[in-house]
Amino acid sequence: MLRVDGVTKRYGDVLACDRVSFDVGAGELFGFVGGNGAGKTTTMRIVLGVLAPDAGEVRFRGAPVDHAARRRFGYLPEERGLYPRMRVLDQLVYLAELHGADTNAAHRAAEQWVARLGLREHRDTEVQRLSLGNQQRVQLAAALVHDPLLLVLDEPFSGLDPLAVDVLVEVLREQAAAGVPVVFSSHQLDLVERLCDRVGIIKGGRVVAGGTVAQLRAGSGSTLVVDAPAAPAGWAAGLAGVTVLGVHNGQTRLRVAPGTDDQPILAAALATGPVRGFTHQHPSLAELYRDAVGVDSR
Amino acid sequence: MSPRHTVWLVARRELRTRLRAKSFLIGTAVSIAVLIGFVLMQSTLFGGERVTRVGLSGQAAAISGPLTEEARARGIDVVVSTVRDPAAGESAIADGDLDALVTGTPAALHVVVDESLDENLRRALNSLVQQEVLRAQLATVEDLDPDQVLATVGDATVDVRSLRAPDPTHDERLAMALVIVALLYLSLLLYGTMVAQGVVEEKSSRVVEILLATVRPWELLAGKVVGLGLVGLAQLTVVGGVGVVLAAVTDVLTIPGVALGTLLWGLLWYLLGYLFYATVFAAAGSLVSRQEETQSVLLPITSVLVLAFVMGFGLLSRLPNASATAVLSVLPPFAPILLPGRLALGTATAWEVVVAIVLMLTSVAGLTWLAGRIYAKAVLRTGPRLPLREALRKS
Repeated sequence: MLRVDGVTKRYGDVLACDRVSFDVGAGELFGFVGGNGAGKTTTMRIVLGVLAPDAGEVRFRGAPVDHAARRRFGYLPEERGLYPRMRVLDQLVYLAELHGADTNAAHRAAEQWVARLGLREHRDTEVQRLSLGNQQRVQLAAALVHDPLLLVLDEPFSGLDPLAVDVLVEVLREQAAAGVPVVFSSHQLDLVERLCDRVGIIKGGRVVAGGTVAQLRAGSGSTLVVDAPAAPAGWAAGLAGVTVLGVHNGQTRLRVAPGTDDQPILAAALATGPVRGFTHQHPSLAELYRDAVGVDSR
Repeated sequence: MSPRHTVWLVARRELRTRLRAKSFLIGTAVSIAVLIGFVLMQSTLFGGERVTRVGLSGQAAAISGPLTEEARARGIDVVVSTVRDPAAGESAIADGDLDALVTGTPAALHVVVDESLDENLRRALNSLVQQEVLRAQLATVEDLDPDQVLATVGDATVDVRSLRAPDPTHDERLAMALVIVALLYLSLLLYGTMVAQGVVEEKSSRVVEILLATVRPWELLAGKVVGLGLVGLAQLTVVGGVGVVLAAVTDVLTIPGVALGTLLWGLLWYLLGYLFYATVFAAAGSLVSRQEETQSVLLPITSVLVLAFVMGFGLLSRLPNASATAVLSVLPPFAPILLPGRLALGTATAWEVVVAIVLMLTSVAGLTWLAGRIYAKAVLRTGPRLPLREALRKS
């Protein structure tokens, strides 16, 4: 459905996007992960046509994206923005109409999303008088109100309370189930892991890893949790293919490189005293992300 | 969806937002009040001190000293100059560079004026002539009949010739001209500033990002300009219409037809002037990201409007027939304020209006193109004020 193909954007000496490519299929939730300044926002702005790429192109349903196609996209920008002095419902109706909805459909959709996102009592309130959390909900409604064919959400979870996060997760799953491709970025990697079908990891303007979380895991080794209460600090330091992630309550978390035999690790642990637990875990997305961007933070 | 529909949607939002706001009603009421106060103040100001420029030609040059003294005694401010060629003097009067040309002998002065001679000056000149005649009578000492001397002296007055028939409606026309100048100045300044503030509001609130994901920059700009322009047009029509009706009903104006014509010309020139200034205001607004920076970036544009306004008042009331006034009133940055004033006075010719409209439309086309480019380039840039040079650079 959505194909980003070799998109490149340069700001002076900074290469914000370096041949960024990825695909998002119909009904797929695609998580876009990367540090601050990695190029996520620039890529999304290019998809929405807010910025023009220096090279590469964006295709939707097989055709290069033009103005008419972009009208049907839904966008939640990283820097939130609404008319501060406009009332919630008026604002949503206006945005729906700008996206091509006729007046009746715009009113219906605005009312529906106001109710769905729990904003009914605020429908006639000026946006600037709402709490920050409620402003976020209005912003979300603004991305959804015209029944978009593609959703691009930049950090949609930031600033949401836990209840709103649940509502958003539900909405995104629902949209995907209806066949809408959803691209979103987030720093909350546990959420991305829980929600996304596929993940793209971007660093320094380049996509450094991509695929389903299971694909990323394959060939990335595993995480080993060793419960050896009597073990001295640094007991696992010299072992081949092993990186110590951290020690907590006598439990040592180890990153084991792919193809490493785990028995020497067990032997080393037993040499320190009793071993009460020895468990392989799937690496979390957060750990995979650190592998991919090459930052050893723990 | 057609671009025209998009532009209309944007314009309609501006219309609804502004017309619904209390500030629109308050603003309209305040404009009417300011307008009334302004006219009252101006009529007293202009009635007061002003300099009368008198040109003396031929033998009349001899009265230079006595005239200055006589005028000072009567409390009128007179600047006396010598004119060699009476014909040149007359054309100076037609151009408004001189107020009166005095020729003839001191005992039989002839005065040429544009429309009418200032009463104080007339008395001063009469007194000079009478002194001269009296002196001549006293020189012929034999057969002095006091009654006849008095009669002769009493009959001696200056001979006044007007280049044009005095216009009894001149004062009313001048008042209307000043009112329309003030109204146009206020409207252009207010709604131009509103366009800039609207652009900055969209930038500072970052709403422009989701707007530009669905609307082209020129559609957003055009919608904003059209919407606010219509609000301004509505306000000007209401204020002007109320003014004309009130003036006609209360018999303040004896020429309601001219007043209506002035208002209609004013509305046309509001539209032309608004198109000229609004896109420039928008482009300037797009250079900054915060409301606090707006005033500084608008200063060059508001200065031009203030200049046009100040010149309009000065030129229309003092030099309505000067060729400088005519030239300035045709030039695009000043025409929307000056020309309607001259039309109210009845001093603008048809070809001047045509030239002004053609010049105006040409510059509107050029400015819209330039301002649209600056806007499209600058509107998504946040952070410090964007230098104009950078906004104009090709991407």
